[in-house]
Amino acid sequence: MSNPGRGWEDGTPERLYVITGGRSGPLQSTSLDLVTLIIARSGPRPGMQPEHAAIMRLCQSPLSVAEVSAYLGLPVSVVTVLLGDLLAENQVLSRPPVAPAQLPDLALIEAVIDGLRKL
Amino acid sequence: MDFESSEKPAGPRREDALPATAAAAVKVVIVGGFGVGKTTLVGSVSEIRPLTTEETMTQAGVGVDDIQGVERKSSTTVAMDFGRISINEELVLYLFGTPGQQRFWFLWHGLFEGALGAVVLVDTRRLEVSFDVIGRLEERGVPFVVAVNSFPEAPQHPLDELRAALDLPESVPLVVCDARRRDSSRDVLMALMRYLHSLAVTPEAS
Repeated sequence: MSNPGRGWEDGTPERLYVITGGRSGPLQSTSLDLVTLIIARSGPRPGMQPEHAAIMRLCQSPLSVAEVSAYLGLPVSVVTVLLGDLLAENQVLSRPPVAPAQLPDLALIEAVIDGLRKL
Repeated sequence: MDFESSEKPAGPRREDALPATAAAAVKVVIVGGFGVGKTTLVGSVSEIRPLTTEETMTQAGVGVDDIQGVERKSSTTVAMDFGRISINEELVLYLFGTPGQQRFWFLWHGLFEGALGAVVLVDTRRLEVSFDVIGRLEERGVPFVVAVNSFPEAPQHPLDELRAALDLPESVPLVVCDARRRDSSRDVLMALMRYLHSLAVTPEAS
């Protein structure tokens, strides 16, 4: 849990601060959910920040924000800021989760039940 | 478990890639105390090896109410394990395991937003954690089912005794499972979906 003596696996909180250019998430109100799906529009481009390039590589097929966070080993709040950059530059597409207002939706629940039956 | 970072793979294996047609995802949250089997349950039904995502609680991201009971530190890190089930070519279901203790409720903020519902995973040897969780879910209006993970060495209680002990309304499904088994964990999710279905058909039942 809280372990002030130990930072992230590959760095300290200061490093995270550097990665996001000093911005803290998830205040950008990019409306990214843990399960928003991210798809890169292309491969990584030369000159990209390494973290941005890593996201572009990961998201060649759709991947949730949570998975991006897990594979990069970065907190969701940091990944959200990085994804906000890529979205603003139109490098990636986002597919939002099923809207809460639509829940509970019978057709959706029935689809999930059908899917679970096949497990 | 909850706080141990498992080794992190560099990216999804080729066979783990979602199809390009994956259009939207939904969440189900598995809540329970430490060692109750959340990660086991997620792992037994997940199509990918469970992954771990970390989140920090900082002042900026958390409402004042949510800090109650948390040690006063500038930031706290908690890991959540999660897994994935492709429902069909368009729809993906994510399962997130999250600790039930009150001091971790700050995590619930983004987690329950838009979640289909929750599974409260219960160990009969430690019912106390479940009381708070159930109360909190009721407060938030999150539909949930309760699943008792049957540990071989745990005392076996009749379900109606457990229901009474948990002060659980008759309408809320209570099931027994073996979180290690895929079919059993699948049945827990199925119980939640059937319950959600009944709520959607007759909203007043909630």
